[in-house]
Amino acid sequence: MPEVFDQAPPARQAGPAEIRFEGVSKWYGGSRESGFLAVDAVDLEVRRGELVALLGKTGCGKSTLFNMIAGLQAPSAGTLRVQGHDPFRDFAALRGHISIVFQNDRLLPWRNALDNAAFGLEMMDVPKAERHAKARHWLARLGLHGHEADYPHALSGGMRQRVAIARAFATEAPIMLCDEPFSALDEITASRLRGEFSELVRETGRTAVFITHSIGEALEIGSRIVVLQRPARIAYEATMAGAGEAERTQIRARIRETLAL
Amino acid sequence: MASGTAPAPRLPGLSAAGSFGRAALTVLPFLTLAALWQAGSTVLPPYLLPPVTEILGRAATILTTGELLGEVLATVARTLGGLAGAFLLGGLLAALMGRSRLTARLLSPLLTFLQGIPALSWVVFAVIWFRGTEVRIFFIMLVTTLPAFTFQLLDAYRSIPRDLAEMVASFRPRRWQMFSRLVWPAVLPGILTAWKVNLGNASRVVVVAELVGATGGVGYELLQQQQLFDMAGAMAWTLQLVLFVLLVQWAISAIEAAAFRYRAVSERAL
Ligand SMILES: Nc1ncnc2c1ncn2[C@@H]1O[C@H](COP(=O)(O)OP(=O)(O)OP(=O)(O)O)[C@@H](O)[C@H]1O
Ligand SMILES: [Mg+2]
Repeated sequence: MPEVFDQAPPARQAGPAEIRFEGVSKWYGGSRESGFLAVDAVDLEVRRGELVALLGKTGCGKSTLFNMIAGLQAPSAGTLRVQGHDPFRDFAALRGHISIVFQNDRLLPWRNALDNAAFGLEMMDVPKAERHAKARHWLARLGLHGHEADYPHALSGGMRQRVAIARAFATEAPIMLCDEPFSALDEITASRLRGEFSELVRETGRTAVFITHSIGEALEIGSRIVVLQRPARIAYEATMAGAGEAERTQIRARIRETLAL
Repeated sequence: MASGTAPAPRLPGLSAAGSFGRAALTVLPFLTLAALWQAGSTVLPPYLLPPVTEILGRAATILTTGELLGEVLATVARTLGGLAGAFLLGGLLAALMGRSRLTARLLSPLLTFLQGIPALSWVVFAVIWFRGTEVRIFFIMLVTTLPAFTFQLLDAYRSIPRDLAEMVASFRPRRWQMFSRLVWPAVLPGILTAWKVNLGNASRVVVVAELVGATGGVGYELLQQQQLFDMAGAMAWTLQLVLFVLLVQWAISAIEAAAFRYRAVSERAL
């Protein structure tokens, strides 16, 4: 079987590298040998305009990869660059450039839905009227019109997650990291948002890395699919752009195989 | 019986308690105590159990006589002044300890050590070390409330959820934004609780601190009443302090009720 999809994506869709992992490892405590190895020498390049879907078994280090891109954790070894900056050290340089939908909602309990959704913009010093307008727009798009004044404790789990999505989308950051953003939603809402999300990324030329546990979701929205093994290391990679029905079926089978290992 | 549409009762197990009911529940034990006391006062001599009416009368006199009220206010000012000092210094220490494990390791045992020294010992030290009544009193108030304040503030700082801190950090805020949008709102409940707790301690210490030679204040007056064997006076002065503590606690609770409306209220008690 020819492995055409295991190679780097074709040059025609490749913008400059927005995120670049070079031999990045992360271990918790001690050293590579004595500590707990969560990420093992990952080489990965995400180019502008790509929507990379990241698949991998639970606990394989996906969230750890995200935390490193977000600058919340430093790699233990290797180099990581986001738009040419070290995301951990060049803290201020990337302000407003990355926004994250975390695996759990992480809303501030003392802020209502509107002020939670506007939070990222507030950190970027966007004036109040403007950030509220943007937050309102995104809350409405996510079906939360009328809930702007509600505090998190009065919202359902899915509603809270949608506020968190609004918070990330409202910043209009060029790089979006989404950690299973739609897993807490019903299938109808999830599928609508999935469509809107990939459209948004495509329209605005943003770059997105998207963690999911669903092969279907990865195939539906990913322009590239990366499957990780445990500890995090790239086990399989496929470019979806331009892939026909037959190729898709083949890729699906390969992903299943890799995940089953 | 509470009807289906009535708001959920605040006190678990007291379904019929409205706001009137709650007030009655607060007052009832005190009324009972006062009644028993009054009954006792008809049997025992007034220097042991003065009548409640006399105690209340004396308390009212203190509150309405400018000079005497001034003494109460002096004690109040000393209490709040000492607490404010301990809060500021404790906040600084807690911030240092929260940000550096090493500082925490170095300072915790010292603070615990300080905590073990009785208030009366501080009174003796203050008299020997310092001149001036107010300086001595401020020192005693500061040093007796500082350790607990610091530990409580440190605890509040350390209980800021890591998840939320990471969420905020992911937007790469400036230091000030991190403080004003996350740290402050997250530690505020802890700060208010610390004030309530330390206020109780401080109001007990302040009367001892006033023994360093104060010529006014509740502690000084209490000493006078003891020398005169004036039980009603001693109780009337004591009541002033208790009232002050209740008043401030009530004010803090009112702030809490207004500021923490975002909190979920569970219908079932834990
Ligand atoms: N702070 C930490 N200290 C020690 N070990 C950690 C820490 N954070 C994560 N780990 C470990 O690293 C591994 C990867 O964790 P991570 O959260 O990245 O997994 P994940 O791929 O996101 O899993 P899931 O799909 O369940 O969210 C896990 O085995 C976890 O136990
Ligand atoms: Mg995860």
